[in-house]
Amino acid sequence: MATTSHRISLKLNGEGHTLEVESNDLLLDVLREKLGTKSPKIGCERGDCGACTVLLDGKTVRSCLILAVEADGREVTTVEGLGKDGPTALQKSFLKHNSFQCGYCAPGIVLAGHELLAKNPAPNEEEVKEALAGNLCRCTGYEPIVRAVLDVRKGKGRRKGK
Amino acid sequence: MAIAHEFAYHKPKTLEEAVKLLGGFKGSARVLAGGTDLIGWIRDGLIAPDALIDLKGIEGLDRIENKNGVVRVGALATFNALRESPVIRTRLPLLWEAAGMVASCGLRNRATMVGNICSAVPCCDSGPVLLAYEAQVALRGKGGGRKVPVGEWFVANKKTAIREGEIVTGVEIPVPARHGACYVKLGRYRGEDLAQVSVAVVALPGQEYRVAFGAVAAKPLRARKVENSLRSKGWADSVKRLVPEEISPITDIRSTKEYRVHMAQIMLARGVRAAVSRLAGKGPAYGTKVI
Repeated sequence: MATTSHRISLKLNGEGHTLEVESNDLLLDVLREKLGTKSPKIGCERGDCGACTVLLDGKTVRSCLILAVEADGREVTTVEGLGKDGPTALQKSFLKHNSFQCGYCAPGIVLAGHELLAKNPAPNEEEVKEALAGNLCRCTGYEPIVRAVLDVRKGKGRRKGK
Repeated sequence: MAIAHEFAYHKPKTLEEAVKLLGGFKGSARVLAGGTDLIGWIRDGLIAPDALIDLKGIEGLDRIENKNGVVRVGALATFNALRESPVIRTRLPLLWEAAGMVASCGLRNRATMVGNICSAVPCCDSGPVLLAYEAQVALRGKGGGRKVPVGEWFVANKKTAIREGEIVTGVEIPVPARHGACYVKLGRYRGEDLAQVSVAVVALPGQEYRVAFGAVAAKPLRARKVENSLRSKGWADSVKRLVPEEISPITDIRSTKEYRVHMAQIMLARGVRAAVSRLAGKGPAYGTKVI
């Protein structure tokens, strides 16, 4: 038994990277340790908590359950990339509603909310809860989180920023 | 940091190449699609393959096609792809409804239906649905292809009828001409959870029914006694009393066997009611939770 080495190229938050990974390297570890992107967090490491969420070609995935080599040729986005030109409307809404307590779940939840709003700009409360269901907040502060997403829905008339 | 276990990674570009590679490992390699079960299992030490063969380099395996009344769901089609497919939504609403209840959005973006039935845990959501649709599993091995009815696919907990060296290429689902259906899933809380009990009901014209359960035995199962009783006299409380004869749940971390039996009866009643009204063009919209 041995690993195999692979040279992979991926785009992380708009920037191209080419690097050497081993077959048993996880995307989460490579993002954090090799590429210095610390917003995806190490949580349950089994796909239940959502703390390691990243966008892979625009869709939320659990980076703890993906091999780094599987990201070859793909585009990875984290909150560092989302907020490149200043916080998004959703991120501002998180601030406004004081939706962070310890903040550990926040990067994953912001990405899940971002994906939802991209697909469905005017979700109802049930749809917001369903979209965020795979992201656990260990402080159990769900209500301000849901409010923050609902506040930036299209048709709310209170949308600020972009 | 990496997974402690060491394995090689291969990403073949064709199915033929994948089958050849897999055969070369003589049972010590595993096939990778979404990886949402597989990676966790390797990490937990439940399996220790020498190599992973990633199917994601094979063109076309993610297709969902409707041909001559049969929908073929490719091995790489994710649950969210099923949710977004008009063919699934309009032709196979039971699958559409169930696909939306699998895990969470971030997992459904990655997890595949074929992977779900290959993992074959007793609570897999696809199991009861594919049993109720009388689907077939399409496999490819060194000697060519074969098909296995889903009724023969599940053998035991995490055990299927797959043979060494075979790859599941897709699932073929015959579309019932007109049907109402309902997938009822019970979790410990709202939001993502594995099923404590699940029931899939298909109601066909002429008082024909197909009923299958998940999470109440070592494998998903079809409930023929319940179906026969429904056929002969429609819904009656006596049908509920047949449920304990069909299922054999265990007590585990998610619930007791008594609770599972009790809820299976209630869920069957609600599932049959919803499926029958949907067949008549009424009832709750697909996706509405009935429990």
